[in-house]
Amino acid sequence: MAQFTLPKNSKYTEGKAWPKPAGATNVQEFRIYRWNPDDGANPRIDTYYIDRDDCGPMVLDALIWIKNNVDSTLTFRRSCREGICGSCAMNIMGKNTLACTLGIEDCESDSIKIYPLPHMPVLKDLVPDLTSFFAQHASIQPWLQTETAEPETEWRQTPEERSKLDGLYECILCACCTTSCPSYWWNGDRFLGPAALLQAYRWLIDSRDEATGERLDNLHDPFRLYRCHTIMNCANTCPKGLNPAKAIAEVKKMMVARAV
Amino acid sequence: MADNRADTRVSMRTPLARVKGLGAAGHGVEHWWIHRVTAVSNVPLIIAFVIIVAALAGSSYQDAIAIISHPLIAIILILAVISVTNHMRLGMQIVIEDYVHDKGYKIAALIANNFYAVIVAVACLYAILKVSLGRILV
Repeated sequence: MAQFTLPKNSKYTEGKAWPKPAGATNVQEFRIYRWNPDDGANPRIDTYYIDRDDCGPMVLDALIWIKNNVDSTLTFRRSCREGICGSCAMNIMGKNTLACTLGIEDCESDSIKIYPLPHMPVLKDLVPDLTSFFAQHASIQPWLQTETAEPETEWRQTPEERSKLDGLYECILCACCTTSCPSYWWNGDRFLGPAALLQAYRWLIDSRDEATGERLDNLHDPFRLYRCHTIMNCANTCPKGLNPAKAIAEVKKMMVARAV
Repeated sequence: MADNRADTRVSMRTPLARVKGLGAAGHGVEHWWIHRVTAVSNVPLIIAFVIIVAALAGSSYQDAIAIISHPLIAIILILAVISVTNHMRLGMQIVIEDYVHDKGYKIAALIANNFYAVIVAVACLYAILKVSLGRILV
């Protein structure tokens, strides 16, 4: 059966409360998920306090401030700090998003809770194992496929054809949508998930691509595509404001269009 | 032998090999499409069914037999049974595939689901036909 409770070794305990920054008047509390693969202990929730007057405005700034000033063992992924690399995707205040584009102010909470992306194996603290997620992306063959002899210059498309890629090409593969999807939680080994399916549609709808039929064949499966039950968590959580559920619905329409 | 290709604890297959698995099944669109079509046909048929049941309420045995044996009523009821039981079977199959992951239980549940839908459908159709054709055949 699907898992509705946490496995024994994933149940978290109360962790350490770190000291408040000395002399700070504007303090914000954070409750952060910690798990160390090496100590054999269950995950714990540590409590941190940051000095808002000494820290940048975003949640990622707070995490970096904690790592620099309080606890250097706190582990998380980050790179661009401007919402384009997708590294700092995590569950903040119950919603998957990018720590770098979410303001501390916008959390509107006395105690900001941060967990890793849901239902993925955790490597350490806020770092999930995304191996399978990226393999699923690779499985939809995210590159232009053609048989016609390559043109002297570029493959051409009309402005209208190009506009069909808007709302799709912006995906940064942060995994917020896929890890928010209950269908992916229950059947993540066989369901490709919203991110990979949005990417699949990005190539299905590309006017220059000549492998549309083969791409649809590859998705024609009760689990790969049809585990999507339009739950819409993906569209609700996407930090880039994209709509993977709509892309998946378009793929389903293409499936019907070639069958009836 | 148990299929453990997807189990990372006992298999050294690459992530891509695990994701590709046994390949695309090559079906699913019929299931999805017929589920939608029966959802649409259920709307008028269930409204008609409720009206028929309301008309039957409180009527005598003879009147009830007369209503159900009317050809139009009987045909609507038969269509409702076919549409609803098909929709039920397809929907329940999705729920089983979502939540039941043990291979043995899953196969057993899927078979039981098919049997249940067919038995319900045949029992209903038999009852409607017996009542509506009974007057002609007697």
